[in-house]
Amino acid sequence: MIRAENIVKRFDEQEVLKGVSMEFIPGKTNLIIGQSGAGKTVFLKILVGLMEPTAGRVWYDSIDFFSLNKKQIREIRLKVGMLFQGSALFDSMRVIENVRFPLDMFSNLTLAEKNLRVDWCLERVGLTGAHYKYPSEISGGMQKRVGIARAIVMEPKYLFCDEPNSGLDPRTALLIDELIQDITYDYKMTTIINTHDMNSVMEIGDNIAYLHQGQLTWQGSKDEVLSSDNELLQGFIFASPFLQRLRTAALKQG
Amino acid sequence: MNFNLLYHIGRYVMLLRQAFSKPENFSMYWKETMRQMEDIGIGSLVIVALISVFMGAVAAVQFSYQLDGTLVPQYYIGYIVRDLAIIESAPTITCLVLAGKVGSNLAAELGTMRQKEHIDAMELMGVNTAAYLILPKLIAALVMIPLLVTISAYVAIIGGYLATVPTGSLSSDDYERGLRAFFQPHNVTMMYVKAIVFSIILTTVPIFQGYYVKGGNIELGKASTNAVVFSNILILLSDYLIAVLLTG
Repeated sequence: MIRAENIVKRFDEQEVLKGVSMEFIPGKTNLIIGQSGAGKTVFLKILVGLMEPTAGRVWYDSIDFFSLNKKQIREIRLKVGMLFQGSALFDSMRVIENVRFPLDMFSNLTLAEKNLRVDWCLERVGLTGAHYKYPSEISGGMQKRVGIARAIVMEPKYLFCDEPNSGLDPRTALLIDELIQDITYDYKMTTIINTHDMNSVMEIGDNIAYLHQGQLTWQGSKDEVLSSDNELLQGFIFASPFLQRLRTAALKQG
Repeated sequence: MNFNLLYHIGRYVMLLRQAFSKPENFSMYWKETMRQMEDIGIGSLVIVALISVFMGAVAAVQFSYQLDGTLVPQYYIGYIVRDLAIIESAPTITCLVLAGKVGSNLAAELGTMRQKEHIDAMELMGVNTAAYLILPKLIAALVMIPLLVTISAYVAIIGGYLATVPTGSLSSDDYERGLRAFFQPHNVTMMYVKAIVFSIILTTVPIFQGYYVKGGNIELGKASTNAVVFSNILILLSDYLIAVLLTG
């Protein structure tokens, strides 16, 4: 279980996070949503330890992450997988080498065993036949799939996704969402997704946390989004008149 | 200003300290070291050879012109070209050129990796990025650059020969006699000391610039430029210090 406790982050005079406390549900897809500049990315980077908070703590089960030394942090990180916004695939490596990289670095498996595991991961994300292509030779959606395959190759306990749908068409975005949710349930991972994609919110949001100007303003499930009377949340999710009409119609129908 | 300088020196030292950690996986580090050796060594061979041949040739022609009509024996040209190549042009000029070629390349590579979140991705996998991204480059440079400097010295001497002997300025015997005259093995030691010190400078300074780059393409360009400028200044400064220390 991951828990953030009173996280504060300041950059010079600017306070980006103002005491955010949040608990993420194990084995579910947890979404962090909010407008651009709400502090989502900073919060996610603090959760994974890429950035240190000005104040507050992050707990991985009963371990205070920021009290650990570098060696202990690396041990925790072996349980973490992350899909980056731009996929962060290594340009000089082929798809197979990208996915195999964590195994090459940290496992004692033979090359054949590692390749079997890579094959399995690539098949799991629906990507076969692209093993020997370079990242620049595949589409954005395929790059996301490779990123997911690399994130799950070490069988992590926690999966973090930073804007997994950014730059993708709605259909591919939906497929990526479904894939992340399936993987989360199949392997009982705790998944934390940073997004402002409303389709994701309504499709895969088991637990949704809404950040507004650096504060946790609302938390609930996708089923509770429609009925919530939090004006800030409604103003964010149903921003367009079309979506507002849709919400009214949905509420009328119960 | 002073505080800023101390801050950067402190970060540079700490980054290097992190780099000297036990590798997570020796074979991965070995593979990366080999790749870097090819990039730094083989990739720089042509430019080093080209520059060296002209350095030797120009030195020979200039000294031939200067010594013409003087009482200094003509075979001194071979001696001057040899010592100039060994003491100064092979280590210093070669490393200044490499600071431009290899240094800017390293800063750009690391900077791009930082911007495209490759370094973050590696960190999150549990990789000690300071070690994995620095150590293989440093080892590769420490092996390949002294080799390039050695090649440069030989090629410069050949350049001097080509510029004087076929043109009739000097006989082959005289040039060879000059090459054998007043040889001091200590100069070769000095060449390798310089090559090693300059190798460390021209890899670690650009790596530091690239590793901590923040912002977009303009900052990346600045980091790359700073990498070359600071490396060149430090190479020249240490060249002076080594000269003072080893010739005193």
